This record gives sequence, C-alpha cells and structure tokens, in this order.
Amino acid sequence: MTRYIVRRLLTAIPTLVAISMVIFTILALAPGDPLAEFAVNPSVPPEVRQRIRKSMGLDDPIPVRYTKWFTSIIRGDFGYSFRSRSPVSDLMMQRLPTTLYVIGTAYLIAVLLAIPIGVISAVRQYSVFDTVATTLAFIGFSLPTFFTGLLFILLFSVKLGWFPMIYRATIDEPGLRGLWLKIEQAIMPITVLALFQTAALTRYTRASMLETIHQDYVRTARAKGLSELTVISRHALRNALIPVVTIIALSIPGIFTGAVITEQIFRVPGMGSLLISAINDNDTPVIMAITIIFSALVVLFNLIADVLYGVLDPRIKYE
Amino acid sequence: MSEATGRQAQPAAAPAIGVEALVGLRTKKPRSLWSDAWRQFRHHRLAMAGSVVIVIIAVATVIGPFLWPIKWNYFDMAQSMLPPSLAHPFGTTDLGHDIFARILWGGRISIAVGVFAMLVAITLGTLIGAIAGYFGGFLDSALMRLTDLFISLPSLPLLLLITYLFRDRMAATFGVEIGMFILIVVVIGGLNWMPVARLVRASFLSIKEKEFIEAAHSIGVGTGAIIVKHILPNTLSPVIVAATLGVAQAIITESSLSFLGLGFPPDIPTWGRMLFDAKDWMSFAPWMVLFPGMAIFLTVLSINYVGDGLRDALDPRRMYT
Repeated sequence: MTRYIVRRLLTAIPTLVAISMVIFTILALAPGDPLAEFAVNPSVPPEVRQRIRKSMGLDDPIPVRYTKWFTSIIRGDFGYSFRSRSPVSDLMMQRLPTTLYVIGTAYLIAVLLAIPIGVISAVRQYSVFDTVATTLAFIGFSLPTFFTGLLFILLFSVKLGWFPMIYRATIDEPGLRGLWLKIEQAIMPITVLALFQTAALTRYTRASMLETIHQDYVRTARAKGLSELTVISRHALRNALIPVVTIIALSIPGIFTGAVITEQIFRVPGMGSLLISAINDNDTPVIMAITIIFSALVVLFNLIADVLYGVLDPRIKYE
Repeated sequence: MSEATGRQAQPAAAPAIGVEALVGLRTKKPRSLWSDAWRQFRHHRLAMAGSVVIVIIAVATVIGPFLWPIKWNYFDMAQSMLPPSLAHPFGTTDLGHDIFARILWGGRISIAVGVFAMLVAITLGTLIGAIAGYFGGFLDSALMRLTDLFISLPSLPLLLLITYLFRDRMAATFGVEIGMFILIVVVIGGLNWMPVARLVRASFLSIKEKEFIEAAHSIGVGTGAIIVKHILPNTLSPVIVAATLGVAQAIITESSLSFLGLGFPPDIPTWGRMLFDAKDWMSFAPWMVLFPGMAIFLTVLSINYVGDGLRDALDPRRMYT
C-alpha cells in the first residue's frame, strides 16, 4: 500500500508542475504590461521605468521568470497584492478556511444523501421512490447554482425571512447565540452547493448500483441464502462504490466552480469571492495565486481519491 | 450441393407465402441504425418533450425579435420594474427594458455560445482522441497525459483568468461583441474537450482491431481514409450524446461567466448577464430574476433530457428492449 501511495504522489508532482507551467504561460502570453500605470505617469521617466523592469526581472526570458516564480511559490511566497499591498499568502490564509468549510460541509452532505438515495433507487428500480428521486436528480442537475442561489434568497430571505441574505465573517457575539448565527448564515450557501452535488452523485450511484446488482456474484450471494440487506450492503454496494469514488474526485473541480458562484451570491468571504474581486481590481498576483491553489487542491483531492480507490479495489495496486 | 438445393427447396417448403408477399417484403425499406434510434427515441417521452421545448425556444429566439414589437435595447425609465402584464409579459427591468424582448435576443447568444463551444470541444476531442487511439504508443500516452492534465485544471478560475487577460486584446482585434464571443467559445470549448477525447479514443482502440478495418488495410485503403471513413462513423453515437450534453454544459458555463459580470458586456443581454443585472433588484422585482433563470433552466433541462433519450436510443446494448 505504501508503495502505491508513493507512486501516486510521484505522479502528482509533475501534474502540479505542468499546471503551474500552463498558468504561467497563459499569463506570459497575455497582452498588457504590469508597469502600464507608470507608462502614462509623466513623473516616471522612461529610463527609470526600464530600471524598474530590469530590477523586477521582467526582461528575462520566460523560462527564467518561470523558475523564479515557481521556486518562490514552493516556499509559500505568492508576492504582494497590487490592491491591498499585503502578502497574497496572508490574504489567502484568511479566506481558505471559509471556502473549505463551506465546500467540505456541502460535499459531505451530498455524499451522505446521494449514496443512500442512489442505492434505494437502484434496488427499487421503477418504484415511486425511484421515479421521484430520478426526476428530482435530473432537475437538480439542470439547475445552475447561480439560479438556485437566487431562488433561495428570494424564497427564504426576501419572502419568508428565515435566513440572512448575506454571509458575515465578523460575527463576534459570544456563546450559543453567536454559534447559531454562524451556522444559520451558512445554511443557504451550503444547501445550494449540496443540492447540485447530491443530484449529480445520485445519478452516478444509481447507475453504478444498477450495473452491479445484475452481476453473477450478487446472484450467488442471494443463492447462498444471505439476507437481502447483506447482499446489497456487503456484496453489491462495496463494488458499486468504486466508480462512484472516481466520480466524486473528478467532480471536485466542478464544486470549486460552484463555490466561486455561491460565494459571490451570498457574499461569503472565501477564495471565490476574493478571486472575483481580484479580477475586478486587476490584481494579478492574487488571481495567479488562487488559480494555483485551486489547481493544487484539485490535484490533492484526486490523489486522495486514487488512494481510496486502491483501498477499495485491491486489484488497482498491482496493475 | 446442399446450399443450392436448400435455397430452391425453401419456396416449396413454405407454399403458403405467396409471391406478392415476398415482393412486399423486399420493397419495405431496410431498417438503419438511425431509424432504429429514432424508433427508440420516440418512446422516451421526456426526451420528446425536451426536443419540442428546445425547438420552440430556438425558433422563438431566431424569429421572435422580429415579431415582438418592443426592441431588446429600447428602454423607458418611466416604465422601470413593472411586474408582468399584457404589454410586458415578463415585466420590465430597472431601466425599463422589456424583459421578454431581452430574453428572446439574449437567448440567441446564449444558445449560439453553447452550440459553438460544443463544436470546438467536439472537434478538439475527436481529433485528439482519434490520434491517440489510432496511433497508440508514445503519441497515445503523451496525449492522454495532456487530457489528464486538462481534467485537473480548475475550469472556472482558469476561464476567468483567460477572459480577464485577453478580453481587451480580443475586443481591440475583433470588436467588443465578436471578440468576446470568439474568446468565450474558444475557451469554453478548449476546457471541455477531455471527455470526448476519452470516448473517441476508447472507441478507436476497440474498432481498429475489428476485421473490417483489417479488410480495409488489406485492400490498400490509406490511413486517413480508414480513420475518417471507416472508424470515425462508428464512434459517432457516444460523441452525439456527449455533444448534446456539452451544449447544456456550455450554456451553464457562459451564464456563470456572465453572471459573475465577467462575460459579455452589459449591452449584450445574455441570460446570465440578465441575472447579474437583476440580482441587486431582486427584493423589488423578483421577475427580473425568475424569467431569465427559468429560460436557462428550461433550456438546460430539455437538452439534458434529449441527451438522455439519445443515450438510450444510440446505445446498442439497450436496443430492442
């Protein structure tokens, strides 16, 4: 197992390096000059501008610039925000926990809901439960998160007044009341994200389960006289979950997309809303850093999924 | 001996079948893959309903702007934020635009982005999948590595990054509208070809080993002709399904981008952009949110159902059930 994990880790590193190269190349090829504001500033003579360029290494060839940038990123140095002049890593450390908390909870809920629903749907194929679940999953899958989010605000904040419209990071009320306020404001963003993921995962779980329960070994398990519960949970489900784990990992990039949008709708102060405000402010270092961090998280979750896959399906380790 | 006599013996053995019946059998049109698929597709009620809805939406966005008396860019501040009425079936915006007219006009762009982005993705994916699957070896592993790399990219942040970096250049070269359209279509397509490439590669891997390909090789058909004429048509079914679902995906992506205020400029009312403009007025004018959102939802839902129906219809394993 250790060897398998090490091998996976070793393939994750080149992927990360390649992603960083792609992102850096996009930036290097992009038009626009980081010193453009000096060009129109009459108090900065051209020769000073040249000197700044030189001191910042902007005239170096792309591979040199890439190496410098990449080595500082590995050390956790993402440079300074153009906007707030503070280190980008500080900004991100403030924002990352909120995003991970919202995404993580949403994903956990989605998995906990989707797997039982998908399994029951498949076991009772064409039943009322299955029809309702499949239809709802289809609708949930086709509802974009930005529309669900707006509908939730319309219904639960504007009409019913149950939940606050806007997420506040600065709740400092003590005790249970403060805790409740913190939970209350997270309910809508988490539900919006969880709804979409549940819909997608239910469909996959059902499909995978349907394929499994018609296998010969499931019939054998029944023939041995095992109870239906044992047949489904121990013989069918465990095998059906293997492709579902892959799907869960592959949909991680998608949930970051959802997070960017949900954070924007509910003004959750996370990475996604930082990204959008950075784009509106032309704050390139922040944009680069967030894109890199999102990629790193995607690679990390893929790695975790690969390891889980190895645990669930011992054949994978020996391929 | 037996074959010849067997064939001759058959009419004698079954004298009940008249010559007219046999002629009738022969003139009946042969069933093709597509007629079978259509037969199957027709039975998928929701897919049929989806097709009808899509056709209605598509026709409405194409000819609707000519028929509807109010122009999409006409506005009247005196008529701002009116609820739905006979004159304005979907209400008006904060600036007094007619929402119905804007949904018709914006739908053109949203749907066009969806279709063209899908075409980019399908073309790229088919090309890469075909090369990887047919030639195999180093080329295959290199291209599949590239595919894996693209799958690991976080698409929305990257999409935002690229549109942010290149939009001014594109606007300067092609004009604001066309430039943005090309940029969005190419970037969405360029970040969504991976599933198609995998599907096409998998089909190529299995089909290139089939006897009819060997036969084609043996009579000296060139590599290009084998790929294009003999293998590619056989990979069509999964690609058609992926293409259908890809349109829905691209429409959602474009709407997300516009919803974040980073897609098309404000004077182009795509459905996502309309939601972006509406969200600050939501408490006073919920119809500004509801109608564009419903337009996106209905279109995407219908396309997804059509994709589902096509998957059932084109999957040979499920045929004749």
